[in-house]
Amino acid sequence: MADESRNFQVEIITPERVFYTGEATMIEFTSVEGDMGVYKNHIPLTTVLAPGIVTITEEDGQKKAAVHSGFAQILGDKVTLLAEIAEWPDEIDWDRAEAAKRRAEERLAAKAENTDMVRAELALRRALVRISLR
Amino acid sequence: MASMRDIKRRKSSIQSTQQITKAMKLVSTVKLQKAKLHAEATDPYFNHMYQTVTSILAKSGNINHPYLTPGVSDKIAVVVITSNRGLAGGYNANVTKLVTNNQDLLPKDKVEVFCIGSKGREALERYGYHIKEDHSEIMEAPAYEDAAAVCARVLDAFTKGEIGQIYLAYTHFKNTVVHVPKLMKLLPVEFSEEEIQAADDKLIMNYEPNVEEALNLIIPKYVTSIFYGALVEALASENGARMQAMDSATSNAEDMISDLSLKYNRARQGSITQELTEIIAGAEAISYIIIEGVKQWQKILEKSLRSLVRSWISNSLRERSRRSTRPSRSPVKTVSVWSLRLHRTWVMIP
Repeated sequence: MADESRNFQVEIITPERVFYTGEATMIEFTSVEGDMGVYKNHIPLTTVLAPGIVTITEEDGQKKAAVHSGFAQILGDKVTLLAEIAEWPDEIDWDRAEAAKRRAEERLAAKAENTDMVRAELALRRALVRISLR
Repeated sequence: MASMRDIKRRKSSIQSTQQITKAMKLVSTVKLQKAKLHAEATDPYFNHMYQTVTSILAKSGNINHPYLTPGVSDKIAVVVITSNRGLAGGYNANVTKLVTNNQDLLPKDKVEVFCIGSKGREALERYGYHIKEDHSEIMEAPAYEDAAAVCARVLDAFTKGEIGQIYLAYTHFKNTVVHVPKLMKLLPVEFSEEEIQAADDKLIMNYEPNVEEALNLIIPKYVTSIFYGALVEALASENGARMQAMDSATSNAEDMISDLSLKYNRARQGSITQELTEIIAGAEAISYIIIEGVKQWQKILEKSLRSLVRSWISNSLRERSRRSTRPSRSPVKTVSVWSLRLHRTWVMIP
């Protein structure tokens, strides 16, 4: 019976490439409403992603990736993440992420009038997500 | 007939042009392969985006959202994607024609052009269109971030109410040899009934945080993805078009060269024949002179010889008649013998 399998199809697609495609038992990601985990037969849902870590639990282990902005379409047996940026841990440039974090922190601390606070905060969150994957 | 030197010069000039077109063809073939792979990699994202947005709109048919209704302004933004370089056949002209030949849809005085690709900008400027912004530099290596940045500017103008509609003119890359110039409406988002019907069969979808918020975030991403897809396809089409143009240029050059080779050989043959004729004529003239001279000489020689022989005969006859008084032999007979001998000598002289 198909129901016995707890696997469902997961696809993570970015404009540059098909980032991940495979079978998983669970996927966790961060939406704008907070972290969420999805099992098979979730109710159909479309939600907007926030910068965060996606954890794909396959039958033989877990995979983690950093995903920044995009949206997720959840159907009962299929989850599609359309992300603008997605990176595996080994693709992340740690020095650059650290530098970006420092820069964003400085910018936020300085609170200069002409800085775009929302952008700086977003940059900081992205940098933090990347660093937390190490 | 042109001279051999002219033909040769023209031939070598065409040959060097052919070398250039051949090299350009190779370069654009490589670039095309790269751009094609890129376009293929972008496709799934674009398709999913398209499906998602159609299904959202199918589920929530009559929501009143700024992205789904025309803006108050009657200005129309047209994003025109062309190339920065020429020598690509009709590639650039076809895209600009889409804009200029659609006066009922895109009246000239209402259109604000966002240019990507300097060739399109130049052409539209010449036609008198108002160029609002120019982002030609991103055509060199289209990246998603660049597409998103340009898109954000256009969307910003839309949400501010500066423009009421957004169109996109680009070249759709069907395959390596077929590229179709396409005019597409980006905003307000419109789908045909069939597309909405097709998307309607799926399950009821929930939205988080809610439909409006989701649309707010998804539609700009949708527009950006179409825009980026168009950029990538345009780049592939550009290289495809250039490859074709350069290929036909190379083969045209080949034809011209073979034609000129034929003419050159004909001219060469002609000049050889002419030289030969001249030589022969000269030789004939010279030999005529020689022959005439020889004839003159012969005559002189004959004359002097004849007189010599005559005088010699008369001398010897005189001698004989003086030495022998005895008329044992008739002198007439002797004369005839001599004349016989003379006759032989006569024969030998000429």
